[in-house]
Amino acid sequence: MTTTAANAQAVIDMHDVTTRFGAHVVHCGIDLCVRRNEIFALIGGSGSGKSTLLRELILLHRPDAGTIRVLGTDLHALSDRDAKALRLRWGVLFQHGGLFGSLTVLQNVGLPLREHTGLDSQLIDEIAAWKIAIAGLAPEVGAQYPAELSGGMMKRASLARALALDPELLFLDEPTAGLDPEGAAGVDDLVRGLRDDFGLSIVIVTHDLDLLWQVADRVAVLGDGRVQAVGSMTALSGLDNPLVRPFFAGARGRAAQDRDHGAVSAGNMQQEAGWRAR
Amino acid sequence: MPVTQSPAAIMQPTPQQLVLSGHWCAQSIGALAARLPLLHFGPGSPVLADAAKIEALDSSGAWLLQTLLLRLQHEGAVPTLQGLRAEFTPLLEAVALHRKEVDAAPGHGVIARAQPDLLAGVGLATLQWCKLAVEALAFVGECAMALGGWIAHPSRIRWRPILFNIRSAGVDALPIVAVLSFLLGIVVAYQAADQLRQFGANIFVADLVGLSMLREFAPLITAIIIAGRSGSAYAAQIGTMAVTEEIDAMRTLAIPPLELLVLPKVLALVIALPLLTVFADVLGVFGGMVMAQAQLGVGFTDFLDRFVKAVSVTSYMVGIAKAPVFAAIIAMVGCFQGLRTRGGADNVGRQTTRSVVQSIFLVIVADALFSVVFSVLEL
Repeated sequence: MTTTAANAQAVIDMHDVTTRFGAHVVHCGIDLCVRRNEIFALIGGSGSGKSTLLRELILLHRPDAGTIRVLGTDLHALSDRDAKALRLRWGVLFQHGGLFGSLTVLQNVGLPLREHTGLDSQLIDEIAAWKIAIAGLAPEVGAQYPAELSGGMMKRASLARALALDPELLFLDEPTAGLDPEGAAGVDDLVRGLRDDFGLSIVIVTHDLDLLWQVADRVAVLGDGRVQAVGSMTALSGLDNPLVRPFFAGARGRAAQDRDHGAVSAGNMQQEAGWRAR
Repeated sequence: MPVTQSPAAIMQPTPQQLVLSGHWCAQSIGALAARLPLLHFGPGSPVLADAAKIEALDSSGAWLLQTLLLRLQHEGAVPTLQGLRAEFTPLLEAVALHRKEVDAAPGHGVIARAQPDLLAGVGLATLQWCKLAVEALAFVGECAMALGGWIAHPSRIRWRPILFNIRSAGVDALPIVAVLSFLLGIVVAYQAADQLRQFGANIFVADLVGLSMLREFAPLITAIIIAGRSGSAYAAQIGTMAVTEEIDAMRTLAIPPLELLVLPKVLALVIALPLLTVFADVLGVFGGMVMAQAQLGVGFTDFLDRFVKAVSVTSYMVGIAKAPVFAAIIAMVGCFQGLRTRGGADNVGRQTTRSVVQSIFLVIVADALFSVVFSVLEL
């Protein structure tokens, strides 16, 4: 993780990141590295600073100390021009969708294209309709307004918008929160498909144990302002750290683990995914 | 995707050959996309498209490329794509697959919501207005029922929100009402000054300022200020609560929103607006006095002597009597529009605007009706 070879492959490289809100220390010295074409998950209890870390990665919050490099660009002292260029290279799915209520889904998805490219309106609508289809929504959803969508459709529509400019890096904040099991399973497949078919690097902030077991290549556990552990779910499940245990102990943790082992082991899953990427 | 990109380009070295090059990415195909429709080939002519020099391809670029190939095919030409880098082919195939699916499905991809024609539009709008009128009437009725419930069971009256609203809509509005009615008094006296001086009837400025302020201007300006200040706040507050399901939550907790949100506001304003109107009366007449002294040389004592003779208690009461009606209109329109909010943030803004416009409109209509009634009653 600290070798230069690994860093060249890194899409996100965080070093010694410290964040404080007044006297409250959220992060004290976080080191993390996300590799290209990897599905990386951030987990941790409520208030462990996952969402703050995500906001720091997408330039919505500035850490008090430390360096963050995203897609090879240092986020500290970024010019407006570089910030814009960087923002066009990632997509973000917000927890509550963040869709613009005054625009239809099709207009929402087409907005980045309309704003940042010189394409004509009809072409943008066609491409947006395609992205809506990629996100797994029916074409008629395009004409609806966000207020008319169900929770799952809202997430998918928001994902379609995040994909509008073909990002290299995708941030998903709680992509399965508030979805029914079927919808959540759909998101699992969608996320894996995006990584395999489009070569995206994906960072997920989640509490969803099934999503972690099914999709994540590596998982970082935040707790007490530090990274408690990083590794695959299988590796983490063997740890005895009191801040990591809760994710594997308890009925829910064991059930998610059993479901995964019932199908294919986590290792096989990754191999299969890797094979498809080639 | 580096920041400096060579834009997508198409060259035509020979009539039957196309050379595609550059970055076929969303941000660098704009110029090319605009020129593509100019490219035409005769029916049956083979076209060799060499894509070996395409350095980058994203989904927008793939879409554009596929659109070009399909259009050429549609026009009867026989395009062949060659030399595209292997890493780009899955994307192009994904586009082709999607377009095939869209063509197979009825209704062709982009589905827009049907716009009704003029006649249907007029009909729909009329229907909506009728529905709105019925809803408004139902709302007034519900409020009356709830108020009846309060009167029958005074222990259910919620004093705390009533007092809170009296403070926020009444006491907190004192400064703005003071400034505006004082200025209005000055303006009225100033307009009168010139005319009165011509006739040497300077002292009658007290009649003019007194009657116009007390009967008309003070109640009206206060109502308009409160409509803008509190009516809009009511609509925005209730509208936001409706959007975030707080109103629904209240209903499921067996707390009638009408009793907790609407009635306290209506009652508070019905109490506060008449009081504010009295305050505006005082400040407005004071403004007139200041102007009378400055422009017409009518001292405060002379002015007040004349004022007492010219302005009857009836005139004062006529002005005050309008205020509760204006208050009920403002509070009910604000709450009604707030409760009707559906959807998102956008609609909260729209309903707020609507509440202000409608309440000011209705206040002025009501004021006109009062004038008619008072003139019939010879008050």
